[in-house]
Amino acid sequence: MPDALRQFADTYLMWQEGPMIWISDVLILLTSIGIVATLTYFKKWKWLWREWLTTVDHKKIGIMYLIAALLMMFRGGADGLLMRTQLAAPGMHFLDAEHYDQIFTTHGTIMILFMAMPFIFALFNIVVPLQIGARDVAFPYLNAISFWLFFFGALLLNISFVFGGSPDAGWTSYPPLSELGFDNGPGENFYLLALQISGIGSIATGINFLVTILRMRAPGMTLMKMPLFTWSVLSACIMIIFAFPALTVALALLMLDRIVGTHFFTILQGGNPMMFINLFWIWGHPEVYIVVVPAFGVFSEVVATFARKRIFGYTSMVAALLSISVISYFVWAHHFFTMGAGADVNTFFAVATMAVGIPTGVKVFNWLFTMYRGRIRMTLPMLWTIAFVPCFVIGGATGVMLAVAPADYQYHNSYFLIAHFHQVLIGGVVFGMLAGMYYWWPKMFGFKLDERLGRWAFWFFNIGFYVCFMPQYALGFMGMQRRMYTYPADMGWGTLNFVSTIGAYLMGIGFIFIVAQVLYSIKYGERDLTGDPWDGRTLEWSLPSPVPHYNFAVIPTVTSRDYWWTLKEEGRTDEIKPKPEDIQPIHMPKNSGRPFLMGVLFFVAGLGFVFNWHVLAVLGLLGVVVTMLRRSFEYDDEYYIQPEEIQHVESALGRL
Amino acid sequence: MAVVEKALRDAHGHLSGADPAKPLEYQDPNQSLRILGFWLFLATDMLLFGCLFATYLVLRTHTDGGPTAHELFDIPGFTAETFILLTSSFTGGLATLAMRNRNRKQVLAWLTVTILLGLAFVGLEAQEFYKDVLEGATMQRSAFLSAFFTLVGTHGSHVSLGIVWMFSILLQVAKRGLTQVTARKVFIVNLYWHFLDVVWVFIFTVVYLFGVVM
Repeated sequence: MPDALRQFADTYLMWQEGPMIWISDVLILLTSIGIVATLTYFKKWKWLWREWLTTVDHKKIGIMYLIAALLMMFRGGADGLLMRTQLAAPGMHFLDAEHYDQIFTTHGTIMILFMAMPFIFALFNIVVPLQIGARDVAFPYLNAISFWLFFFGALLLNISFVFGGSPDAGWTSYPPLSELGFDNGPGENFYLLALQISGIGSIATGINFLVTILRMRAPGMTLMKMPLFTWSVLSACIMIIFAFPALTVALALLMLDRIVGTHFFTILQGGNPMMFINLFWIWGHPEVYIVVVPAFGVFSEVVATFARKRIFGYTSMVAALLSISVISYFVWAHHFFTMGAGADVNTFFAVATMAVGIPTGVKVFNWLFTMYRGRIRMTLPMLWTIAFVPCFVIGGATGVMLAVAPADYQYHNSYFLIAHFHQVLIGGVVFGMLAGMYYWWPKMFGFKLDERLGRWAFWFFNIGFYVCFMPQYALGFMGMQRRMYTYPADMGWGTLNFVSTIGAYLMGIGFIFIVAQVLYSIKYGERDLTGDPWDGRTLEWSLPSPVPHYNFAVIPTVTSRDYWWTLKEEGRTDEIKPKPEDIQPIHMPKNSGRPFLMGVLFFVAGLGFVFNWHVLAVLGLLGVVVTMLRRSFEYDDEYYIQPEEIQHVESALGRL
Repeated sequence: MAVVEKALRDAHGHLSGADPAKPLEYQDPNQSLRILGFWLFLATDMLLFGCLFATYLVLRTHTDGGPTAHELFDIPGFTAETFILLTSSFTGGLATLAMRNRNRKQVLAWLTVTILLGLAFVGLEAQEFYKDVLEGATMQRSAFLSAFFTLVGTHGSHVSLGIVWMFSILLQVAKRGLTQVTARKVFIVNLYWHFLDVVWVFIFTVVYLFGVVM
């Protein structure tokens, strides 16, 4: 028996891998026990199930996305720090090549798919229905399914670390390296299944929010009266709908290669690896715009609010968002100019790539012109927005350098590229999401995040960012390639790498300040009693913080852009408060445990495919079909909130 | 749009307020919302098939010395499949028409016919695949065959799921009659069915006709 146990531990728990894994195993075990014990001690299981796991309320789903995104930022960041530690000096043996491969793979995968995506979805969920005057999204039940598919997809990828082994073919997972012949561990399967499961959820979110925005706006809110954040979500949803199916296909075909033994991307029997790379980037390039465009939306809201001016060039902002979503489909081949497609193809994609700079430039100038002669308040959201501008402009300019196809033969896959995409993704997405988090935090939780600790976090993170990534541009020119786990001393890369590592740790300290800031503010943060702590402009600030679960007691009729600001200017804010005679029963969706169950079943099926345990996979998928059929036969899934209850809630909030 | 906005003003939690001037499945704004959502889902599914078609076109000639399209495809077989599926799309359309006329019996009858035709299609396709495999034309043989079985098989599994789904809706119509909700369900499942028919038209042209002609 000990032998069998030992074999199990070596095969699945990777017990032979050494102390790092043992420590992780122990930590995960202790954390799990800690969570279970805390929930049991405080008798919170029922609360967890009723209030969170079964919820279909967009605000709670948004908060769960936010928590998940921050946890994943920690995991991805820890991966990043491990990599930087390994690279701090030449010839290091802190990690071996295999572990380094696994760590850069999970770092990239987690940061894009399990940090950036849930972060934007957090803001979609929390903000969009409130901004457009709706009581929920179009399909609340589907929204819950999206979250749980994301959650269990993320869990599947993360569990690979201590169960079976992490993927190690890069976040792009190019074949033939990622084919069975070269990479036979379960790690690659974990990657494929985790992305597939969360990808289904993302497609559903795209559909859900597009329908919500097109059909559930408050009366009077025409498209051109919509807040710019909502416009950015619309643009991102269009891209999600048109891009994610390509990822689904790329992953599915690679999975067939690995599990069934087909020959889509193998070299043998006529397969063509470049087909995967094309499909991957047909999704992959729109994907980076999917995550950055909502950040643009955040900046538009923040700049207008804290410069106390209406946004400059609203119409051109909308046009820029939509043209970015269109152009994003015509740039994918710039990820592999070196494929050898020929000058014509490369020229087309190079020109299209540079063209993206035009609408983006329009947006940057519009933000600057909005700030111009504004009465700027340097709050945390505004700080991150102002820091974003130079960072993104430099990142954009190096992007145009990379877009020059002949020159790209020199930069391709060097640290120049690494520095470029970290600059646009951190400077754009992370800064934007943090600005959004600080901006809407009071709306979510009813208190502001502490300003002083936030400033510490801001400066550590920002200075750390430049210290970390500026040297990498130079390293790229000096010939350092991405994904190399170590380098010899005589290359002369040691000093710059060491500086870069210091910067990475400074960013890590910045993140710790954010955690401290959240914990401190839960107890001591300034409470938001007005519902409008920033003197905001759009509808969500007309509601109390946190917002009652039905959002609007009476749906307002909108007559202008920045409607809440107009009401304040004209001293008509009382008009938007509910009057008892207007309150009618509100139709709401019932909570359901089934989306959570579906997530579990997808997880089970995924695990079955990962290890080729076909019975488990089939049972999981059958379970999914059964839950879908049960849903189809469900008719009693809605209820009414009675006017008395609404009046009671509203008068307790002092709004009646 | 004005109607929806009026409905939104009336109350809305989801939306409420019916408009009897519209077809049954669109009368309740909540149901019309779902129809729009389903159209968007079909857009994503169309792109999924688009990517599979692209892959097939890239790998079509990569037979690695194995069976070619010309040798493999059986003209009477895929012609029969085509006629059966096109007919089923027509009978599905008749079910939608009967739903609009609020004729529950006819809805049930046409859905049954559609399901039976769908089963016949899936049966023929399974038989075709089985025959191919017996001849040594398996998914693992060449990139062309991987792409062929995946593209046509994805369509076939869509049809199979559609059959299960349509049957569940048939049961719901039988039990609950034609309400705004069940009408929407009949409408949506038929949208899906027509969509699969359109995909098949492309499979028929791009895969089978090109395969035997070129």
